[in-house]
Amino acid sequence: MSCQETREFLDAYVDRELDVMTTLQFERHLTDCVDCRAICEQYQQFRNSVRSRLPYFQAPGELEDKIRGRLRRTTQVEGKLFRGEWFPRWRGWAMAASLLTLLAFSALLFRWLSRPSASEMLAEQVVSSHIRSLMANHLSDVISSDQHNVKPWFSGKVDFAPIVIDLASKGFPLAGGRLDYLDNRPVSALVYKRRQHTINLFLWPSPDPDSGPHASTIKGFNLVHWTQSHMAYWAVSDLNASELAEFVHDLDK
Amino acid sequence: MFETTVLPHLNSAYNLARWLTRNEHDAEDIVQEAFLRALRSFDTFVLGRDPRAWLLAIVRNSCRTWQRQNRSREAAVPLDDDSHVAVDAWSDPEAVLIKNANSQLLRSVLEELPFEYREVLILRELEELSYKEIAQIVEIPIGTVMSRLSRARKELYDRLGKATGEIEQ
Repeated sequence: MSCQETREFLDAYVDRELDVMTTLQFERHLTDCVDCRAICEQYQQFRNSVRSRLPYFQAPGELEDKIRGRLRRTTQVEGKLFRGEWFPRWRGWAMAASLLTLLAFSALLFRWLSRPSASEMLAEQVVSSHIRSLMANHLSDVISSDQHNVKPWFSGKVDFAPIVIDLASKGFPLAGGRLDYLDNRPVSALVYKRRQHTINLFLWPSPDPDSGPHASTIKGFNLVHWTQSHMAYWAVSDLNASELAEFVHDLDK
Repeated sequence: MFETTVLPHLNSAYNLARWLTRNEHDAEDIVQEAFLRALRSFDTFVLGRDPRAWLLAIVRNSCRTWQRQNRSREAAVPLDDDSHVAVDAWSDPEAVLIKNANSQLLRSVLEELPFEYREVLILRELEELSYKEIAQIVEIPIGTVMSRLSRARKELYDRLGKATGEIEQ
């Protein structure tokens, strides 16, 4: 580092603003150059002297009180009028919060409005029961194609006497029956066959008036629901809709 | 929030305003107004930044505006930020006298320096801000902070030498 550079860096050096490399080069020059060293020492002394002698003006005590007062008044007035310029952040958060609340509320409302109806939820249960019966190889507790075997099996297991009809002559042979649980109660499940297809017919007493039949499709399974003589019926199968309708029609006869 | 973050730096704000306006009355007015301005723009303050440097920038700008309105009181001094001071002038027999110059003399000499020299000197020597912080407050490049500080110190030194010489005679 030259004398010229050293003197240009003098202020940055005494202010400790030089990077490490430049500081090292600067100090190496000082050890080699008597003139620069003398100037640097003198500069440091002058600078330290100025630093230690410069008066630092303390704010008068009442100034802080005045400022606190004005700050509070400004905050209050602008806060009351709700157009304070210092409030945008606060207002932003408040708006974001209310927007979030509104969103959460609408989401709840939407879910509440679009919640599945009782019968839709029941239809889901019916389909689940049907799938479970096929998966667990637990289709029938009583394996019989004889309606006279199936019907007595239910006595003592459910608090009603299910109507069991064999539809073998119509191409829907009875395959058996089992106990299932739907709509918070034990129900009868009658199992019918159509070729390789299985039809589950769930039935249980219901206080509802006669209605239906209503057809629907859930997860690819066809369902038919109706109420007759205070009994609720749900027929569910992977059978096509028209053949399932035929089954229901034959059952109704 | 504002009071706990910014108000503790009241002394720094007042000290700078007092040095730049050179009188108590204007300094107090400027500091009060600066705090209200700071309050109003507090939402632009980024948490984690140094609130003192942020406040000093507002105070400095208020003082700058005030200085322009009261320009007649001050002789405009052309700033030559780009050229470097001839540091050879430092080796000078008056050095001992200058070193011993009392606080009162130092103050009156510094108060006579141009606004641009005073602000960098106060921010550096009394507030001990870095070149980078000073550059942000005064809105000049860091290199200019260095050369302006250099010239300000030289000017202070020369005027102190002159003043102590006058006292000696």
